Amino acid sequence: MPALRAAIDHGADAVYIGFRGESNARNFPGLNFSREEASLGIAYAHARGARVFVALNVYPRPATWASVMATIDQAASLRADALILADPGLMRYAADRHPDLRLHLSVQGSATNWRALEFYRREFGIRRAVLPRVLSCTQVTRLIERTSVEIEVFGFGSLCVMVEGRCALSSYVTGQSPNTHGVCSPAHAVRWEETPAGRESRLNGVLIDRFFPTEAAGYPTLCKGRFTVEGSTYHAIEEPASLNALDVLPALIQGGVKAIKVEGRQRSPAYVATVTRLLRRALDDCMHAGPRWSPPTEVTQGLDALAEGRTHTLGAYHRPWQ
Amino acid sequence: MNVKLAVGPLLYLWDRASALHFYAELCQSPVDIVYLGEVVCSKRRTLQREDWPAVAQMLRDAGKEVVASTLALIEAESEVATACRIAEENALVEANDYAVVHALAGRAFVAGPHLNVYNAATLTWLARHGARRWVAPLELPLGTIGTLSASRPANMEFELFAYGRMPLAFSARCFTARAHRLQKDECGFVCGQYPDGLTLYSREARPFLAFNGIQTQSAAIQNLLPHVNAIRDAGVDILRLSPHSHDFLQIVQTFRDVLDGARLSLPESFLPGGYCDGYPAGAPGIAHAGHALPN
Repeated sequence: MPALRAAIDHGADAVYIGFRGESNARNFPGLNFSREEASLGIAYAHARGARVFVALNVYPRPATWASVMATIDQAASLRADALILADPGLMRYAADRHPDLRLHLSVQGSATNWRALEFYRREFGIRRAVLPRVLSCTQVTRLIERTSVEIEVFGFGSLCVMVEGRCALSSYVTGQSPNTHGVCSPAHAVRWEETPAGRESRLNGVLIDRFFPTEAAGYPTLCKGRFTVEGSTYHAIEEPASLNALDVLPALIQGGVKAIKVEGRQRSPAYVATVTRLLRRALDDCMHAGPRWSPPTEVTQGLDALAEGRTHTLGAYHRPWQ
Repeated sequence: MNVKLAVGPLLYLWDRASALHFYAELCQSPVDIVYLGEVVCSKRRTLQREDWPAVAQMLRDAGKEVVASTLALIEAESEVATACRIAEENALVEANDYAVVHALAGRAFVAGPHLNVYNAATLTWLARHGARRWVAPLELPLGTIGTLSASRPANMEFELFAYGRMPLAFSARCFTARAHRLQKDECGFVCGQYPDGLTLYSREARPFLAFNGIQTQSAAIQNLLPHVNAIRDAGVDILRLSPHSHDFLQIVQTFRDVLDGARLSLPESFLPGGYCDGYPAGAPGIAHAGHALPN
């Protein structure tokens, strides 16, 4: 709740929240909202002209189906401004039961092309989709030309190098994944050990990384570890760095992107306040200045200070590896 | 009816001769269904476009059902167009992305493992769009499959990935090219050097994952042979065996014999990583119960 207030106070147009339980893809202890808190949060947002989207972006199995449906009804009764869903069965339910409630396709819905988006729009009337972090800037623009679904993209936060919704690495190691339990590399499976070889991070026993005393040791998200391939040990899948899309913000805006998403859940209110303030300023300046805008140094530095590994990447937007 | 055997799409880049030889040999093996086509990388040309219909005809002549499979990650406009063309040209298609379900426009199809079907509502909805077979997501426990089987849509078949390195994740980025410090556009088809994927080890030398282009797989081969009785009881109609470069015909025969009542085990895995079988029990997929024989 303090993070929601921080986001709105520092210029967010909308905030997405999750309810407690395995109904959303950020299922971490102490993170999510009860019904009462959600109601207060929505009132706080609406009084300040901001919107609240409720994320229910897991793929419920039969055992949790009823509780997730109840959460949809709850979000509708609280007058949330939109539901963020990934599961087609849930979208069918929401579209039939609450036809006036806006539906957004979650990044977990893995929609990476216009034809999939148009299918979801025709079937469920989705109004907006969050794109997986695997598309280039040009692909985002071309996709927008061919669909009437509003497009939201990630602007700042973790870099998921795999297509969201189609990654089972976490369940392979821990038994729980974003799709099944709303978690990736969950904390309960993490173990840190000081060894003569260095500080080791393990995920359910699998060695994810080992750090020298002078190295900053990041959270062992399993795709950000160091592994050995044909004798070389390196960040074989992805370096730990945050995604920062500011360098391509003019192109994204010109291409027709309707919203920039910032990861705020799992983050402190101070983090949310700083990132929102910097992004708000960047967006306003960019909209005013047009295509030749580039991010001011203090904005980039301010975001880098909060970034994973203190550094950032454009990820797939730019694709230096292409 | 007894459980059928399917050979999944070839996930690796094999040379043309090896691929043609592999499918010719399958004609004589006790498989019922063969999935054809490229599902990982749109740049690959394991076989030419005109080769696939000939392979399909050869398999049909041998009495096999043939299904055309499609990419799991469709980004570029050319990939959308190719997937739609495959959907139009083939009698039965496996969809791994909703772009293909869209293009099929209600015709009968196979809902592939990457469509993320985890509950009855989504399965029913797909059945209304023409799905007549469902390949369960890798991470779905057998108990859930059994629950879904009890309320399955009419004439819907259930298929389960029972043998092979598991395709766990997809990225825009090619990890095989990255391992060779090559740009994706100048990859030189380096993945062709790894007919069963490029094994990635943890820093204590434990085989962990395997790179196959943009796909990240388990290093361990999922082997569900010891669990075939429980799988049958859960309502699974078809077991999917994913192509590998060694022992494959023997693997197929062993699965067939065990489904027909024999008590046999697979030969030791020829790949680093051994076997795993955690997912059906709801455990981490990497876990291995250690029983070799069917129980």
